[in-house]
Amino acid sequence: MSASILPLVLDNVGYASNGQAIIGGVSLAIEAGASTIILGANGAGKSVLMRLMHGLLEPTSGSVKWSETGHASLRRRQAMVFQRPVMLRRSALANVVYALELAGVEAGEREAQARGALAEVGLQHLAERPARVLSGGEQQRLALARAWALHPEVLFLDEPTANLDPTAAREIETVIKAFDAAGTKIVMATHNLGQARRLGDEVIYVHGGRVVERASIDQFFARPATAEAAAFMKGELPWV
Amino acid sequence: MGVALAAALAGFITVASTTSTEQSGLLRHLLPLFTAQSGIEVRVVAVGTGQALDIGRRGDADVVFVHARPLEEKFIAEGEGVQRFDVMYNDFVLVGPSSDPAGVAGTKDVVAAFRKIHSARVPFVSRGDKSGTHFAELEIWKLAGIDLAKDKGPWYRDTGQGMGPALNTAAGMGAYVLADRGTWLSFRNRAGLAIAVQGDQRLFNPYGVMLVNPARHANVKKELGQAFIDWLISPPGQKAIADYKVGGEQLFFPNAAK
Amino acid sequence: MSAIAEGLRRVFQLDIELWHIVVLSLEVSLSAVLLATLVGLPLGALLAVKRFSGRRGVIVVLNALMGLPPVVVGLVVYLMLSRAGPLGELGLLFTPGAMIVAQTVLVLPIIAALARQALEDAWREYEEQLRSLGAEGVKAALTLIWDARFSLITAVLAGLGRASAEVGAVMIVGGNIDGVTRVMTTAIALETSKGDLPLALGLGFILIAIVLALNAAAQLIKEAAQRRFG
Repeated sequence: MSASILPLVLDNVGYASNGQAIIGGVSLAIEAGASTIILGANGAGKSVLMRLMHGLLEPTSGSVKWSETGHASLRRRQAMVFQRPVMLRRSALANVVYALELAGVEAGEREAQARGALAEVGLQHLAERPARVLSGGEQQRLALARAWALHPEVLFLDEPTANLDPTAAREIETVIKAFDAAGTKIVMATHNLGQARRLGDEVIYVHGGRVVERASIDQFFARPATAEAAAFMKGELPWV
Repeated sequence: MGVALAAALAGFITVASTTSTEQSGLLRHLLPLFTAQSGIEVRVVAVGTGQALDIGRRGDADVVFVHARPLEEKFIAEGEGVQRFDVMYNDFVLVGPSSDPAGVAGTKDVVAAFRKIHSARVPFVSRGDKSGTHFAELEIWKLAGIDLAKDKGPWYRDTGQGMGPALNTAAGMGAYVLADRGTWLSFRNRAGLAIAVQGDQRLFNPYGVMLVNPARHANVKKELGQAFIDWLISPPGQKAIADYKVGGEQLFFPNAAK
Repeated sequence: MSAIAEGLRRVFQLDIELWHIVVLSLEVSLSAVLLATLVGLPLGALLAVKRFSGRRGVIVVLNALMGLPPVVVGLVVYLMLSRAGPLGELGLLFTPGAMIVAQTVLVLPIIAALARQALEDAWREYEEQLRSLGAEGVKAALTLIWDARFSLITAVLAGLGRASAEVGAVMIVGGNIDGVTRVMTTAIALETSKGDLPLALGLGFILIAIVLALNAAAQLIKEAAQRRFG
């Protein structure tokens, strides 16, 4: 029984690119349990913050530390789903198998586990289809299956439904809720207030590259503590 | 089939020769006869005489078979070749447009013909490629007392090409060109060219064969190379050379020392 | 037109000899392209994916080397492989081996430069996802190469086109030896210089037909695979 990789601790993290400061002075801890929504307007720095947490970017100042070190094992235990799913030029099943192969799963077990993951998201009937001809919603579900197949402890999602129509978006939300119920820690960036409400337990509100507010979902929606958050709520009327 | 088998047993030699021996078709006729008798495969790299001698100097060939006597003797004097043997000769012919703008057709004095071409400023194509033919051409200009370095005009086309391309060029621009008879006889694109001057003693074109010096280049296949030379100058080899005809005409005349 | 018809008729009369010339041409050019791909693809992938100081300079030089004149490559390889040169001991000069070496040198920059471009574009699309899944370094490069295989086929075909078309390099290092190093292009050059233009034209048509057939086959394979894999 291996130890949890949480909490993830960010200590005064900053990120600048080409001289431009994008993230500044972020200190927080991501704990197990409650699903966390990273909320903010477009350009607030949510995506960069997600990538810093996932490990795709190195902070230019401060530190990002998981509870357990070791790069290789880390990869398997926290996964990320992007706004635009990137699939390899092979079948849906093969894409999941690829992820399992990278994670070091034994060759004989990969296919069975991959099929199981596809079934979890309702894609088992499309297993042999070339992944790139699937619809946007189906590809995003496939990305979730691919991430899920590794049974990660933490699942990062960067605006996973931003490019999808409402029906497909709903399907994705259903899957995310199922993962949450199964015990995976969800950290999701979104600018969609309705989605935040439906899926999240707590909110981290990001504005201008800084974490400006952090509260439980109910508290945040009832009474945002900061002026920026309030303005954001006013501008983004939940319509779903 | 038997030839290939025999060759596989005895090995091969590399011969640097000239475009005239290849393009006249002589080698196609000659080499299978030698290979059948000896089992030795002969690989010929056919380039200009100057380049063939350079290949020999580099040790990239075992035998050199060219037609520029002064250069061959220099090759031996430098210690690059073992010994020079006479093999055969043919002659050069001065070829030109059938309209004969320089008025030299049918004459026998090639030096006088060159003078006439020069004074009439009629187009003349030179190989300009340090080949045996090129050197022969330069010799005739010298005998005619014409200093090309001073007297070169647009009438003198220095093409830097092999015999075939030079003939193509001459055909294309209605120019005179010095050619070896062998290449001329097998040349297919005559386009209005015809022999203007032939038979002059100074058009005599002797071929010599030399073994590249194994003392200089350890990789030279001296036994196999010498076997080829010996065959060329032997009665069967000499007869094979005399037997080669194009359109009923003999191209090369064997003249190895008896 | 009649020259072409006459040429084709004469070409087919050559039969066995023509067959040897065609087979040798394919052996030399396909071998060169294979070697150039084995070295050039990884080189292109490395340049596409890795950032290092001087990278831009390397890319510029590599692109420029696509325009290497074949006759210059032939001359340099000749000087290297000559007995008087550094690699003379190999005894490769005037053999098909030398021709393969020269064509590999000629074709390598083309395949590497075009592969780099295709893979750099692909990397832009795949980088985040692959790194997120844990694919790094060589594993990522191999995955990228396999996924970009259709664009890479085009790079390889460009290399094949260059190899089958050139005459300068193979003429110098091969010596156009009858029955040993004579290929389509050097045969065409020889027949032209002999003034046998119809035969040269006929050979030229055969050469073009072969290259066309190779390209058509590659296109069919590409389309079939695309249907299967997306």
